[in-house]
Amino acid sequence: MPDSDIDTLVEFVGVQKSYDGETLVVKDLNLKVARGEFLTMLGPSGSGKTTVLMMVAGFEPATHGDILLDSVPINNVPPHKRGIGMVFQNYALFPHMTVFENLAFPLQVRRMGKAEVESKVQRALDMVRLGGFGHRRPGQLSGGQQQRVAVARALVFEPTLVLMDEPLGALDKNLREEMQYEIKHIHENLGVTMVYVTHDQSEALTMSNRIAVFDDGVIQQLATPESLYEMPENAFVAGFIGENNRLMGRVTEMNGQSCLVEVDAGGSVQALAINVDGVGTRTTLSLRPERVTINPAEGSCPNVFDAKVEELIYLGDHMRTRVSVCGHDDFIVKVPNSSGNVNLTPGEMVKVGWMAEDCRALDARE
Amino acid sequence: MAEAVITAAPTEVSDAVNLKARLRSATARSRRNAFLLTAPLLIMLLITFIVPILDMLFRSIDDPIVGQAVPRAAIALEDWDSGAGLPSEEAYAALVADLAALRTGGSDGKALIGRFATRLNFEQPGVRSVITKTARKAPKLKEGPYKDALIKIHKKWGQPEIWAAIQRLSAPYTVVHFLASLDLHYDVEGSIVGQPEMRQVYITIWLRTLYISGLVTLLCILLGYPVAYLLATLPQRTSNLLIILVLLPFWTSLLVRTTSWIVVLGRNGVLLETLAWLGLVGDVDRPQLIYNMTGTIVAMTHILLPFMILPIYSVMRGISPTYMRAARSLGANPARAFYKVYLPQTVPGVGAGSILVFILAMGYYITPALVGGQNGTLISNFIAFHMQKSLNWGFAAALGAILLAGVLGLYWLYDRVVGVSNMKMG
Repeated sequence: MPDSDIDTLVEFVGVQKSYDGETLVVKDLNLKVARGEFLTMLGPSGSGKTTVLMMVAGFEPATHGDILLDSVPINNVPPHKRGIGMVFQNYALFPHMTVFENLAFPLQVRRMGKAEVESKVQRALDMVRLGGFGHRRPGQLSGGQQQRVAVARALVFEPTLVLMDEPLGALDKNLREEMQYEIKHIHENLGVTMVYVTHDQSEALTMSNRIAVFDDGVIQQLATPESLYEMPENAFVAGFIGENNRLMGRVTEMNGQSCLVEVDAGGSVQALAINVDGVGTRTTLSLRPERVTINPAEGSCPNVFDAKVEELIYLGDHMRTRVSVCGHDDFIVKVPNSSGNVNLTPGEMVKVGWMAEDCRALDARE
Repeated sequence: MAEAVITAAPTEVSDAVNLKARLRSATARSRRNAFLLTAPLLIMLLITFIVPILDMLFRSIDDPIVGQAVPRAAIALEDWDSGAGLPSEEAYAALVADLAALRTGGSDGKALIGRFATRLNFEQPGVRSVITKTARKAPKLKEGPYKDALIKIHKKWGQPEIWAAIQRLSAPYTVVHFLASLDLHYDVEGSIVGQPEMRQVYITIWLRTLYISGLVTLLCILLGYPVAYLLATLPQRTSNLLIILVLLPFWTSLLVRTTSWIVVLGRNGVLLETLAWLGLVGDVDRPQLIYNMTGTIVAMTHILLPFMILPIYSVMRGISPTYMRAARSLGANPARAFYKVYLPQTVPGVGAGSILVFILAMGYYITPALVGGQNGTLISNFIAFHMQKSLNWGFAAALGAILLAGVLGLYWLYDRVVGVSNMKMG
């Protein structure tokens, strides 16, 4: 999505944030969120993603730069006048109010009539399939139900923008996956813009239109889930999203899109030059485990190396195979469990091979 | 393999039996140890706390003196109708016989006369001298008519009131102390009526105690709530420092804290001198800030404030700041978010602090005694007075029992309204 085409709802212009006046938690953030988009901010803890969300919500002032909502700067608008829905990490359902009262709260604050409040609350509860739970208190609900109430409460006053701060973090795995689909469907049905913060990459990949990968206060890459996985632009993203084999080396030859890399432990690899400055610079080669072939046919791969099978883990649909190659003994190959595949045994010597376009030469950051 | 199982099974069973026995003896020992560890405290509580309380409660209804001192008169008065004139000659004779027996009964008897006279005096002020005088002369009265002889000794014997008192008090148990605690008494006919106006004291004291306790509790809420909020919202390191400041008064003697208020609020104290220097009060007609109700309220509020702050603080500490954030993100302005979302969640803390402060205030003694003057004293000061000065222990016990019942009733009410399990102390 080129920036000029999108109908921007939220825009960050050179936003910085520091808590202590010494270190920047968010460093020069420039980001446009399109109307109706589901944008996820993904990153490890301390990467600044939650701080960004808090600045949008108005709970943290930006140290520098502007945040625009519908092209209007909102830096000086207090949180309760921003009209942004928010789902908090631990739901923040008011424990002394019933579910109905929780949902009615934002409507009563907006001085809506009683009948309107009731119908809107009921509609919101029905949307999250909790129609009959209005009279209960949050403490009487399960974690998943509380989560759905929190989502309904953030949506009941029909905000154009909804922020979610790791809303599924407290749920167990099955419930979390179920809720991922539920939130995704709500997003699709209502057409509301959602900005979602998580540290769970599978959650981000499942739900988002676009993902902004945060690290160290900077967006490392902003892309669709697919291109984020297929085409990581730096070593951090490659390592953070999905599984990744990395080989350290030095560029010896540049050839337009491709390059030749001398791996530290010996051997020369043909790779795509993505994030290298030129001949002589150090680089990290990134390679997805499912793109590696065991004993490839003669001449089918430009990169073929001898490898020793170290460990085999049977995972049903595939065999997770750890081999040592080019001096790395943590090189993973996913061997699909299809007929005609050879049975490997630990200690066996094999050949592994991969295509040059599957191997991305990225920056050398450890 | 099968053989091994067969041989193994019996040993496992016998092991299990042994194990159970050993487990039982081991836990028995730990149970016994637990009891032994708490036993000194239990015994101390029993001796110094529970038994005295039960004893005091018993004293509030126990009233054996009259029955012991004048048993014959008590029997003779049993069927007397106090509304129908003076008792019979028989009763006069019995009383004379009783008093004569006591008078000649050595030092024990004479002591009993004293206690009998004192007891009747509580009931009817001024009767003490009548009894002692009559007892002195009783052994000399050898023959009747005793009625005329007694009336000659003192004209009160010709009035039914004193006889009604003896009749009523001759029962071993009595509720007169409780009646007196509420400004009630028996009239001559034996029905319960209010005290004459000039002797009505205790209703006023009870109401004053309730009023001062309530006001102190309210002031503590008003002063303590913002402080607790500050403590709960500051960073832990800073709030820990401030908590020490809150707790600091606990490390100072109650007496010192109270007397320092005398220095501050006294007629030539720090406050009034400063105000006079500023020209805000005159040198002559200065307001009275101490030795009255104002002094009691100020000093008690100051002393009881930590008991309010700490429970509120502990409840507030547990309220996540995200509730306020959630309320604001839903469109509530800060005042509304506070009133609708924060305040209701602090009710258990305010309730716990209030009940603590109110109950402590109800029984406050030293502070009102020191700075209370005439109209700033509480019921405890009167309990102390009857324990130490008037030596009417039965009456003091009745006042204490009413206070205890009131506090328990309050606790019950709190449990019904807020729920004791909701209470957080710290």
